[in-house]
Amino acid sequence: MHNLIVLVPLMPLIGFLISGLFGKYLKNETLIGVIGSGVVFVSLIVTSIIFVNLLSNPIESPIVITVYEWISAGSFSASISYQIDNLSILYSLIVTGVGFLIHVYSIGYMHGDRSFYRFFAYLNLFIFMMLNLVLSSNLLLTFLGWEGVGVCSYLLIGFWYDRKFEGTRIVWTGDAANKAFIVNRIGDFGFLIAMFLVFLNFGTLEYTGYLNQLSDNSSAFYGTGLIAAIALLMFLGCTGKSAQIPLAVWLPDAMAGPTPVSALIHAATMVTAGIYLVARNSVLFSLAPVAMEVVAIIGAFTALFAASIGIVQNDFKKVLAYSTVSQLGYMFLALGVGAFTAGVFHVMTHAFFKGLLFLAAGAVIHSMHEEQDIKKMGGLSKYMPTTYKTFLVATLAIAGIPFFAGFFSKDEILWYAFSEGNIWLWLIGAVTALFTAFYMTRLLMLVFHSKERFDHHKIHPHEAPKVMTIPLIILAFLSAFGGFLGVPYVLGFWFSEHPNWIENWLHPVFQQANIILERPEHHALHIEEYFLMIVSVILAIIGISTAYNWYKSGWEKPKLLVEKFKGIYTLLFKKYLLDEFYFKVIIDPIYNLSAGILWKIADAKIIDGFVNGLAKVTIEFGEIIRKMQSGIAQNYALIMVLGIIVIISFLLLSV
Amino acid sequence: MFMIPFLLTLFLPLLSSILLLFVPREKTQAIKISSLVFSLLTFAISLVLFFNFDHSNGGFQFVINTVWIKSLDAGFRIGLDGMSLMLVMLTTFISPIALLASFDSIKKREKEYYIMYMLLQFGMTGVFVALDLFLFYIFWEIILIPMYFIIGLWGGKNRIYAAVKFFIFTVVGSLFMLLAVVWLAYYTGSYILISNPQILLQNPDLLKYYPELSTDSLSLPTFTTNFLLIREASVLIPFDIQKWLFLAFALSFCIKVPLFPLHTWLADAHTEAPTPGSVILAGILLKMGTYGLIRFNLDLFPNAAFEYASIISWLAVIGIVYGALVAMVQTDVKRLVAFSSVSHLGFVVLGIFSMTNEGIQGAIIQMINHGLSTGMLFLCVGIIYERRHTRDIIEFGGLARVMPAFTVFFAIAMLASVGLPGLNGFVGEYLTLLGAFISPVLDSYLYTIIGATGVIFAACYLLLMFQKVMFGEITNPLNQNLSDITKREWVTLVPIVIFIVWIGIYPRTFLSVSESSTRELVIKLENIREGKAMEFPILREAKLNNDISDK
Repeated sequence: MHNLIVLVPLMPLIGFLISGLFGKYLKNETLIGVIGSGVVFVSLIVTSIIFVNLLSNPIESPIVITVYEWISAGSFSASISYQIDNLSILYSLIVTGVGFLIHVYSIGYMHGDRSFYRFFAYLNLFIFMMLNLVLSSNLLLTFLGWEGVGVCSYLLIGFWYDRKFEGTRIVWTGDAANKAFIVNRIGDFGFLIAMFLVFLNFGTLEYTGYLNQLSDNSSAFYGTGLIAAIALLMFLGCTGKSAQIPLAVWLPDAMAGPTPVSALIHAATMVTAGIYLVARNSVLFSLAPVAMEVVAIIGAFTALFAASIGIVQNDFKKVLAYSTVSQLGYMFLALGVGAFTAGVFHVMTHAFFKGLLFLAAGAVIHSMHEEQDIKKMGGLSKYMPTTYKTFLVATLAIAGIPFFAGFFSKDEILWYAFSEGNIWLWLIGAVTALFTAFYMTRLLMLVFHSKERFDHHKIHPHEAPKVMTIPLIILAFLSAFGGFLGVPYVLGFWFSEHPNWIENWLHPVFQQANIILERPEHHALHIEEYFLMIVSVILAIIGISTAYNWYKSGWEKPKLLVEKFKGIYTLLFKKYLLDEFYFKVIIDPIYNLSAGILWKIADAKIIDGFVNGLAKVTIEFGEIIRKMQSGIAQNYALIMVLGIIVIISFLLLSV
Repeated sequence: MFMIPFLLTLFLPLLSSILLLFVPREKTQAIKISSLVFSLLTFAISLVLFFNFDHSNGGFQFVINTVWIKSLDAGFRIGLDGMSLMLVMLTTFISPIALLASFDSIKKREKEYYIMYMLLQFGMTGVFVALDLFLFYIFWEIILIPMYFIIGLWGGKNRIYAAVKFFIFTVVGSLFMLLAVVWLAYYTGSYILISNPQILLQNPDLLKYYPELSTDSLSLPTFTTNFLLIREASVLIPFDIQKWLFLAFALSFCIKVPLFPLHTWLADAHTEAPTPGSVILAGILLKMGTYGLIRFNLDLFPNAAFEYASIISWLAVIGIVYGALVAMVQTDVKRLVAFSSVSHLGFVVLGIFSMTNEGIQGAIIQMINHGLSTGMLFLCVGIIYERRHTRDIIEFGGLARVMPAFTVFFAIAMLASVGLPGLNGFVGEYLTLLGAFISPVLDSYLYTIIGATGVIFAACYLLLMFQKVMFGEITNPLNQNLSDITKREWVTLVPIVIFIVWIGIYPRTFLSVSESSTRELVIKLENIREGKAMEFPILREAKLNNDISDK
């Protein structure tokens, strides 16, 4: 039964091989699309079967299915093996579920593209890598998935390789793809070293291996520098993959890729890999209080940082990208204060509503002839009613309006930030919530309401085809009701003792970490929680109504404000100049050092100079010696006589 | 039993080279085809060795031992252990591929070229199979000649400078090696063997190579280049002498690798050589250096190796970062790939001097990987050079549109070189870095931490180059009508891709070949380091004798 798990990653791999090798010759979009989506659907079904099986027969400890031994040398060994437990299956459900919907949507979105087959090949490869990442039973296979999704992201960001893209020192989409890959590599460096430390100290990279060693000797490991180092290095990897400060800069530029890619990779799945890694290593992180604090603080600051930038951006997808960075920050905030369940829960709800937002954005951009500037949109609700309605649902969900999905997960995070962290973390989170409600409503108003600012002669907005709207509707449904999987005790206590299904489901996964952190099994009733909930709802409503008032007619009101706060606006608009800072302080100096000093001086002047100098000395020495061999016998005789005189006088004098 | 295939693997290329002498030079087609057939045949025959190699045996297999110059005890001695088998396979595999690439890139003096080429293959195979220092030295020097001519006659604009530079660098190194060989052969015979005859006389494995030798110790060789004998005796060489010998060998090998700061010949040689020359140079020739470091420096002079491990490893780490940084700012695609070699070979040397099982296994697989992925990168550069006759990055841009199939191959080679998990490069880089990390000899995390930054820079220089050459719009009209790869080019690239993926997802096929021999070497090194020299199989006899006399 559990062996079926192998099929889950295998199916998309088969899909990749079919589209990749033969797609060019198939020449039939529908066929390629059906194969591409079909393989993911099979994975979804298999995952669901295993999921249902787990529901009815809960397992005590993870089940590991080994396929074969991958790399081994000396005492090191790592295999291709998959781990079934409640976390990996939940993640697989998200990946295959949302992944399947986005595959279907792509059939419509990519219709007519020259490289239709290539797109589906990459998309399938991505799902394969992502499933390896989450299902792996050891760090090394996770790393394969980790880098694999990175390379798929690279390939898909630069999918339209001959299109231009605007960004700091970015001209082509390929530049944006490079940026994403290279920034991620910096994070992967941390992951790599963390892996070495784990192997050196625990002799294994298997999760069940070293994590059990840790929980068995938790008191010995608690607070040690070693554990903190491993956790922080891993987290460096997470800041890359999940776009957190200081490596957050790549995600907005990743929007150069086709919109389904932004939805799947840069919103719903890949970017949450960092959260997965921390959640998977919850025992390790909970043993390193320093690392936990770092995670929480970085998460909180990133949330606020990105949300504040999102307020002023005018590119449809970039607003959503900053929103994603911000929401990922939320998730890390949750993990950092030890609310692992809340973090993972938010991954799920976020996958629904952010996936939906991007897909809806894609529908809009598509009908606007690839126009992404929201200044040139407006009033689209009457042309695209379905897209509009689903977008509205997602906006309400992300803004945290009660009973939509985002409400439950976000409030859970804010509550833990307050109760397990401190008031400052909560405050940052709450302000972020206000910003989020604001920029999302701004987006909604400027795109779907307000004046129509596009050129009616050139652009005729229209609703997307069914193959695109049906995924939107399904995701809208999930965004509206998905939150009920995690009803907090304070709201659900009257109907069940354990109303929070997801907390119960993930309980075995985070049990050890909760014991180390001395958390109660289930949380009790707190009056403050109601209070905080009300505060955050009020903040959301303030955000929504402010944005509604400012943008309901267009740009006039905000323009005045921009004039008034020119400095702040520019700073936000230019993204706090973080990109420019990196270029000036890190990249340019390295480049100048390499070109100016290492290559032109060290290599050409010093090393080669030494070698050529040696040759020169030899030649010149030869020139001198050569003169002695002049071939004139008289000279030889003269030197001989001189020599004899010297020798004789030496002998006479020394006696 | 496998004597015939073994000898054929070594001598078929030489035979082909000689036969080509008698083919009229106008018959270029015949010359090309016959060279290719010989080269392919050699590969086919070498497979016999590969499939009959006993993985559990860590010693040398298929050993052939014939006396050659009796007074010097120099013999025609060849054999294979796991590491040398892997490198021989690499040689017989890459050679026909690069040969096929020559069909396009060599347009003048074909006859001489293919003679030189087959001679080169002969020399390279010889280096990896020689079990005699004298023979090794001869093979080592044989290679110089064809390589010198291949660069100097069929190379680019600056070929003479590059060829001379290549020649002089290598010759300087080999002079020191020659000195060391003579000294080692003399010292082993006249000092060690005379006072410790039991090394030979009580070792039946060795004694069988000296059938005329009775128990009469007076007829022991006073000068020997027999590697197997020297290997047993070398532990007894005094540390001071070991150090000098180590340095002389290391200098020669490190120039070949090339280790920073001895790398400057490489950029010129790689850049100026014709495409197949670069493929052979990067793919196989450089591995002679790293091979020598393991075969001679580690195995013969372990104590000196411990002494110098950290210095050499530092140079390797500097090379990783330095090579990558300099590669990043190159404007010539081929030069860029050349500097990337400096960086990649740094991983190999780091792995070797970690002196751990993981590190050395990683180094061996990384040698193969570098041969495949850098070889393939050079082939790809050659493909666009054939079409545009320039290697300047700015001359290109947007090639993906006109050469879609080529793009796929180039991307795979690039990603393999970047060290993407699932492709070959990752396995080697990971194991070498891991080996250095856990190495008790190096005893510091810094090597790995700094070395691992090379992984970041590798992404920088390769991806930036790829973007500039392949992506974007076609801005240069000369690139507008470039043709995609030909059938022949497909044939050169596909086999490499197969192995790039194979090693990436199932490296056991290859790691297991060198497993036993690496383990034996590492156990020897560990024992010596822990002062347990007496545990050696050879010296066990001596110890036993002592025990008896004690009683």
